[in-house]
Amino acid sequence: MAKKESTFINMVATLFIVTLVASTALAYVYELTKEPIEAAKLAKKLQAIDAVVPEYDNQPVADMYKVGLSDGLDSLEFYPAIKGGEVIGTAVRSFTNTGYNGLVVLMVGILPDGTISDIQVVEHKETPGLGTKMESPKFKDQFMDIDPSQVVLKVKKDGGDIDAITAATISSRAFSEATQLAVDTYKKGGNK
Amino acid sequence: MSQWKNFAKGFVKENPVFVLLLGLCPALGVTSTAINGMAMGLATLFVLLMSNMVVSLIKNFIPEKVRIPSFIVVIATFVTVVDLVMAGYAPAVHEQLGLFIPLIVVNCIVLGRAEAFASRKSFMSSMIDGLGMGLGFTFALTLLGAVREILGSLSIFGFKFMEGDGILVFILPPGAFIALGYLIAIMNKFKKA
Repeated sequence: MAKKESTFINMVATLFIVTLVASTALAYVYELTKEPIEAAKLAKKLQAIDAVVPEYDNQPVADMYKVGLSDGLDSLEFYPAIKGGEVIGTAVRSFTNTGYNGLVVLMVGILPDGTISDIQVVEHKETPGLGTKMESPKFKDQFMDIDPSQVVLKVKKDGGDIDAITAATISSRAFSEATQLAVDTYKKGGNK
Repeated sequence: MSQWKNFAKGFVKENPVFVLLLGLCPALGVTSTAINGMAMGLATLFVLLMSNMVVSLIKNFIPEKVRIPSFIVVIATFVTVVDLVMAGYAPAVHEQLGLFIPLIVVNCIVLGRAEAFASRKSFMSSMIDGLGMGLGFTFALTLLGAVREILGSLSIFGFKFMEGDGILVFILPPGAFIALGYLIAIMNKFKKA
């Protein structure tokens, strides 16, 4: 079959049909993958919550409440873990924009007595092999099982008590900052 | 050219990364580990295969002057499909590859094969070409990722085989250039021999 000629009508018609078919196909795939994508997002959130608070018997995502930050613009999400009617821990979704590549999102688990039980990195764009080490126990353990009011959650360079990761001071700083924000907001109004 | 030669050329003789030096942006950007390299390669393989097939089927209905926009729409459609499916069924991998999945649209091998091969050849040849080129690309990215992972984090496919930190530079972007350079040199040595 010979090629179609490049007349105006031919070109308009061809492009119209090509884009129409493409957009129909995409709409179909979008509908098809909508649910799995949301399920995956929820599973990820639950996984982070599970990792930072003790075992619970409620549904932290359904019981989520927000606590406003002091700047009044933004708020943190609090996921309470309840067992037998008692709050046994709270997962705080904290974030900071001061990471090496911007946004760093943490899930900070705080026990009722104010100590940090565990921290999970939910989202980040830090340098692989450098900033990503903030997920390693060696760095993270400095924050865990401590009373945040006794320890200054800042890297040593800034006059705090945290040993920064070698060659990733900015990521360490962001991690500390987000943790501090979670602790402060928890104190302010999270522990109801 | 026999179909077998057509298929095999993507691995060594016309390997997209090592010989044609096409599609280097994802090749250098995501290959900090072998798994990332392989996932990126497979995503590209799917897009390359599908777009080659579709382009060779519709080539006679596309007027010469609007062929590039038409091909790009076809490619972009498949890339978005990969993006959505990955986000739904392999969220961990999707997060790692992030921005580089949508960037497959502008990967020069995909449009390059559509324009240089699929728009001129039969359906069968185009399919085999897409498969060969895609596997060659996957092979190159996995190899590059494996080399960088072994040297940079002392692990392979996520399994740590030695304690310690490795040579940091190989995980960073400059290490990608260095590793690629040496791999090309080795490939050339073998080709000449």
